Amino acid sequence: MTITTENPLVRIEGLHKYYGPHHVLRGIDLTVNQGEVSVVIGPSGSGKSTMLRCVNLLETISAGRITVGGQLIGYREVKGRLHDLKVKEIAAQRREIGMVFQRFNLFPHKTALYNIMEAPVQVKGQSRQAARKKALELLDRVGLADRAGHYPSQLSGGQQQRVAIARALAMEPELMLFDEPTSALDPELVGDVLNVMKDLAKSGMTMIVVTHEIGFAREVGDRLTFMDGGVVVESGDPREILANPQHARTKEFLSRVL
Amino acid sequence: MDRHPENHAAPVLNKAVPVRHPGRWISAIVILGVLALVLQSLVTNPNFRWDIVGTYILDTKVVQGVGWTLLLTVAAMVLAIVLAVILAFMRQSDNPVLRWSSWVWVWFFRGTPVYTQLVFWGLVSVLYPKISAGVPFGPEWFSVDTSAVITALPAAILGLGLNESAYLAEIFRAGLKSVDRGQMEAAEALGMGKTKIMWRIILPQAMRVIVPPTGNETIGMLKTTSLVLAVPFTLDLTFATNTLANRTYLPVPLLLVAATWYLVITSLLMVGQHFIEAYYGKGVDNLAPAAVNPAAAKAAAAGRPTGVAPSAEAEPALKMDFPEEEAK
Repeated sequence: MTITTENPLVRIEGLHKYYGPHHVLRGIDLTVNQGEVSVVIGPSGSGKSTMLRCVNLLETISAGRITVGGQLIGYREVKGRLHDLKVKEIAAQRREIGMVFQRFNLFPHKTALYNIMEAPVQVKGQSRQAARKKALELLDRVGLADRAGHYPSQLSGGQQQRVAIARALAMEPELMLFDEPTSALDPELVGDVLNVMKDLAKSGMTMIVVTHEIGFAREVGDRLTFMDGGVVVESGDPREILANPQHARTKEFLSRVL
Repeated sequence: MDRHPENHAAPVLNKAVPVRHPGRWISAIVILGVLALVLQSLVTNPNFRWDIVGTYILDTKVVQGVGWTLLLTVAAMVLAIVLAVILAFMRQSDNPVLRWSSWVWVWFFRGTPVYTQLVFWGLVSVLYPKISAGVPFGPEWFSVDTSAVITALPAAILGLGLNESAYLAEIFRAGLKSVDRGQMEAAEALGMGKTKIMWRIILPQAMRVIVPPTGNETIGMLKTTSLVLAVPFTLDLTFATNTLANRTYLPVPLLLVAATWYLVITSLLMVGQHFIEAYYGKGVDNLAPAAVNPAAAKAAAAGRPTGVAPSAEAEPALKMDFPEEEAK
């Protein structure tokens, strides 16, 4: 199950994040190989979402390096010095990285179909026809072909999140980030979203998933990382860690969530 | 299946005696009484001179005044809205110079009376007899007489529009701030540029909050145009009816003429606002699904084998009625 061939798509090295005096991330190292599903768990406030948001620069990187596909995120290195990228260059990097939010963040003034078409048409310059066809395919893939004309407020939380996944996929990213995608959902709606994510994992998508769904980590994860207090406490094969956690903090956390 | 046999009998509906509301009847009688008195005075009091109202309501000068008042209102509001959008974007900018300039503009134009500003624009050709473009303390490229460019109409529009832009800028700023931060993040994560995010994602959602107070301001502007006498601009509705009143020594019927026209225009503006609100409320206040034919959508998506999940969710409403039977 675990992919052994080393082909890192994402490399996070020595990542630190400060919010003013608060030292939220204290040196994170994480590597995600091509096609791998990397699941990150940890108590709230452990910095796992912040780490994820650094990968597509929704948060600035205080210290350390992140590369995606060999490309340094957020900076250009010239003669050993870092230069901030321009807004347009950052936007170009983000196009390769899809993101799914805890609160869905669908555009409420656009229907499901137009939510998905927006970026391909406006950012990639695809024709409306091509984008529409692709969007309808994606809606079908997430099981919502009959909801194309519905506004987000007319969809359940689980349906909204599946549209949000389709919206991110429409940009054909090489990496997908999931920031607690099921935490805002009613329990009976979680399964539909996880099923879409499982299909996506099977299709070979590289994914970093911050979640509380231990079952998902066990079943789909290629790697499990447990974070606490802004550091990686433990990282490895999900089934091994879940069955036999090595650190006291991991044990304590798992005993509370399982 | 038959665990709830009693469900087969139709339930007996509750028929309670409703609470009586004598207060409603009393207030209705009082209001109707007052209304009758007002109507009676309107009809019987000869000082209203309804015959004069009838004579002048469609008078050429009055109708032209309505036209000029409308022109002033629309032109000043268009100018104010364009400036307000720019000012609101400047206020949100990362550039401190733009943020500060926007603040000072609002401070100045909101902090001085519109009457004063109108008089100022009327006098601008006295203050600056010539408008010229060039490098400060350097060569001059061209120059025109101010009195030829800023005549009464442009002066009135500038005076009203610049003053209004300060108020609208604050309304637009509040509107932009009302949009959830997650919208910006979602658009950024899709790789959209700043301009596109503003125009396509943030502003359309902000419009829901912006339109009602802007409608309010437009109706306010309609009546503020009666101050253009200060410029002096002398063709608007209030000036026209005042002139007629002074000539005929009948101020009351001509005030009624002006009031009637202002009410008519306000009513029309309110209708317009209703449709604008409905447009920007789509997806939130106005929930009719957009016209996407589900069958056509499925057919278009049929590049892949169908029969996947969607049909399972197609009729949730039906299923919810009989969850027990579905399960068995």
